[in-house]
Amino acid sequence: MKKVLFYILIIAILYSIAACRQDELVVPTEYEILPFDIDPDADPIGMYILNEGNMGSNKASIDFVDFKNAYYVRNMYAERNPTVIKELGDVGNDIQIYGNKIYAVINCSHKVEVMDAHSLIRIGQIDIPNCRYIKFAKGNAYVSAYVGPVAIDPDAQLGAVYRVDTASLMITGKCTVGYQPDELEIVGEYIYIANSGGYRVPKYDYTVSVVEMYGMTQVEKIPVGINLHRIEADKYGKLWVTSRGNYGSVRSKMFVLERENKFSHKMVVTDTLDIPCSEMCIQGDSLYFYSVEWNNQEERNNITYGIINVRTRELITDHFITDGTEKNIEIPYGINVNPVNGDIYVTDAKNYVSSGALHCYSSEGKKKWSIRAGDIPAHMVFLFKK
Amino acid sequence: MFLFVVALFFMQLLLAQTDSKSDSLYWQSYFDSIQHLPEVEVVAQSFKEVIPAQTMKGVELEMLRSHSVADALRYFSGVQLKDYGGVGGIKTVNIRSMGTNHMGVYYNGIELGNAQNGQVDLGKYSLENIEAVSLYNGQKSDIFQSAREFGSAGSIYLTTRFPKFKEGEQCHLRAGLRAGSFDLLNPSITFEYKLCETVSASFNAEWVNASGKYKFRYRRVTPSGELAYDTTAIRENGDIDAVRLEGGVHGYLPKGLWKVYLYHYNSERGIPGAIVNNVWRRGERIWDKNSFIQGTFEYEFLPKLQTRFNTKYAYDYTRYVNNDDKLIHVDNIYKQREMYISLANKYEILKNWDVSLSYDFQWNGLSEYMEVERFTHWLSVATAYSLADCLKMQASGLMTYVDEEDRGRDSVPDKVKITPAVFISYKPFRPNFVLRAFYKHSYRMPTFNDLYYTDMGNAYLKPETAIQYNVGILYDLVQEKSWFKYFKIGADAYYNNVKDKIIAYPKGQQFRWTMLNLGRVKIMGVDAQLGMTFGLPYDIDLTTKLQYTYQEAIDVTNPADNYYGHQIPYIPWHSGSAVVMLDWRGWHLNYSFIYTGERYNQQENIRYNYTQPWYTSDVSLMKSFKIKKVVMKATIEVNNLLSQDYDVILNYPMPKRNYRFGLVVEI
Repeated sequence: MKKVLFYILIIAILYSIAACRQDELVVPTEYEILPFDIDPDADPIGMYILNEGNMGSNKASIDFVDFKNAYYVRNMYAERNPTVIKELGDVGNDIQIYGNKIYAVINCSHKVEVMDAHSLIRIGQIDIPNCRYIKFAKGNAYVSAYVGPVAIDPDAQLGAVYRVDTASLMITGKCTVGYQPDELEIVGEYIYIANSGGYRVPKYDYTVSVVEMYGMTQVEKIPVGINLHRIEADKYGKLWVTSRGNYGSVRSKMFVLERENKFSHKMVVTDTLDIPCSEMCIQGDSLYFYSVEWNNQEERNNITYGIINVRTRELITDHFITDGTEKNIEIPYGINVNPVNGDIYVTDAKNYVSSGALHCYSSEGKKKWSIRAGDIPAHMVFLFKK
Repeated sequence: MFLFVVALFFMQLLLAQTDSKSDSLYWQSYFDSIQHLPEVEVVAQSFKEVIPAQTMKGVELEMLRSHSVADALRYFSGVQLKDYGGVGGIKTVNIRSMGTNHMGVYYNGIELGNAQNGQVDLGKYSLENIEAVSLYNGQKSDIFQSAREFGSAGSIYLTTRFPKFKEGEQCHLRAGLRAGSFDLLNPSITFEYKLCETVSASFNAEWVNASGKYKFRYRRVTPSGELAYDTTAIRENGDIDAVRLEGGVHGYLPKGLWKVYLYHYNSERGIPGAIVNNVWRRGERIWDKNSFIQGTFEYEFLPKLQTRFNTKYAYDYTRYVNNDDKLIHVDNIYKQREMYISLANKYEILKNWDVSLSYDFQWNGLSEYMEVERFTHWLSVATAYSLADCLKMQASGLMTYVDEEDRGRDSVPDKVKITPAVFISYKPFRPNFVLRAFYKHSYRMPTFNDLYYTDMGNAYLKPETAIQYNVGILYDLVQEKSWFKYFKIGADAYYNNVKDKIIAYPKGQQFRWTMLNLGRVKIMGVDAQLGMTFGLPYDIDLTTKLQYTYQEAIDVTNPADNYYGHQIPYIPWHSGSAVVMLDWRGWHLNYSFIYTGERYNQQENIRYNYTQPWYTSDVSLMKSFKIKKVVMKATIEVNNLLSQDYDVILNYPMPKRNYRFGLVVEI
């Protein structure tokens, strides 16, 4: 008996030595071959994907589809910037390229991370509390943020738009807008911000704020619809605005904003499309979108993938994926369209707490390839040749 | 009102019974099954059990007094603790990889609700007033129990100190003061009073105050061995200020007993939250008021028919505020009320054959933040049979009927589920050798917290079901005379099949979580334990306890998932603990080592989700002495002796080495 115990003890000690803690290593980058041909002249060179990461997990990460070498490069940031404490951050919300710099808006880390667009090496960061989306014009970045000025009533805190000089990365201006502003768009000298008021249920915001760019002053609030989210301009100067609805009786919708007349700068709602929309991407005359709507009765999601012609405002198709592979997408979470070959990219967030996927479809809607991404892949931006 | 009536009912009984001469025989047998007079060793019966519990009591528990119930459970096999760090930090446990809420937590025999995070936060329950902590896999193998008790997949019974008076004693007073790291200050007082021969009362109060501040460190190196970063910071916003008041009156009747128990807990806590890039401090605060009153009345109305009536009313108030100036201000109040009644009956058909029938009813209401209510009924039948004291068998069936809230649906079908269980133990040839096995189904509805304490959107969750199979062996040897005083070795192998396992992910805001159904999870595991006591020369007693758990808990929901066949989050393959205790003339030295092996912090077992093993060593020294009639106990504790920097949960750093001191005075 005692001998047996002795051996057990020895095995236990050996095992525990083998199972000790090691130094924590910097999060490594992974490379995976993609099933398409190498193209040294590809332009765009590639596409960055910002994975949001579940809140609190600190797992926002940046992946890259290398169109030149047909590689999927997973989790680039930490390896390129090993000295940054606690890596990229918590919950990525937007990624855009302007000039030679790439800007990642990291919502719950309250910062915009600025990196070299080609090497992804950190240049600096801009601290903006609860930042959401970013757009650029004339050497400046404009960032929407849920938290603006300190409010007397803590439950009625307005959001803001920050102006950042892209050369110095300093905040040069700030303008208070509506409640919980989400995406913003710039047309001419005006910034249009979709206010959601998503944290004020059921008193959602319903306006698009109009901010004059040079003075950073809010000149108008256009009433549109409740819980606004995305706002994109098409090539005709129209603004496409999506409303999330209230996830219940008021359904998600799309709104079209246009100038009142040729000579006016004033934008008004000229059309309401009774088409639910979660995310969209405008490419030429086509607005690609998908919608995920919760069905309370059946307790499941209804998902559609469609294209709208922005000129005629007609729904061209309600299933741009034509080969039936959309059933492999659990929760679509991001959409992007290649301006050169028309390939459609749809990300799948799956259950939000495991690796998502990036799916690529041809312009005819046939699936070309799929690859594992990071957690909640959501935002994509193309990298073009210098 | 209802409670008042119940209280009145008890009062009347009390008055009616106090002066009647009690049946001494009944008393004797009663006391045997509940407690061993006159001293020490209290707690539930063990020899009658088909499958005995893992229990912690006496001096072992004494050493952990300054900790919470969750800390004690770390020493049980099959239990995994999720610890978010600090004094006020949330601590939840799961047993054998089944969801936290599959584990029923019973406070003096009646289940605790879970008005916190959808999980019973066992960090909130102090060990100060606890006499024993017992863990049962499956269910307590006593058929005389409430219907609901047949429902849990695993059960933890917390038994508070029960007043025990020696001949001629009238009252006890016990006062304690603990202090230590995290600016902890923790005074407590217990008062016990014998009202008459058959009725006694107890009262216990405790105050915990701590800043919760501690240093933690994050360090990374590059694969080539260069230092990438190394940073030490102070954990902020982990303060706690809590008061707990408990009191009870217990009485014996000629053919039964009654108890009334009151509990009140009031706290304000900071929630330290996750440490992420650019965020080192958070502004979430939580106020809790948990109160309940519960009563038990047990009586043998007819010969061979025993009846127990349990009732409880609980009110839980939670206020959650997010003061972080970078985040949206949140100020929500959640009020949950729970009303529970239970009637259990046991009838002895033959000396070795019992049957039982129980019915429970519970009403749950959530208000303020959202108005929801739910009615649940449980009905159980059970039977126990023993043969020549070597074969014991038990079978039970439970019907759960849920009248669910509508959640915006037009038609809501009521949920009905029948769950069976079978327990067998067999002593084949040697008296100290036992073979045991059980099979059990359990079912649980998502709680209000799971469903409604969410940020936005919907929180749709399916009820969770679990099937457990268990086989085990146990051998023990007690030889008081020999130097090898005690030896115990046992192992259980189990297989659990869990469908729609509900798991919670902290989601930045620690108060509100992401709830998720996991589909199907297969759990295979082995729990093993070894205990020995040696009587060494010079009055030294050496006790060792080893426990080891191997678990493979894999997700088998859908072969198309990335994580198909992967170990589920935060379940280590290997975990265990070792405790060595030395006793010498009133001195008591305790060393404990806890090990949790490698695991993954998300569903996929990929390197991005890999979490390193952690292991801590805790040492404590206690000396008890007597000054005249006053018994005093002084303790010194050093926790995380080797100052390991570890996270139990990703981004929730745990404290480095920390200390506690305590002094208890008993009159």
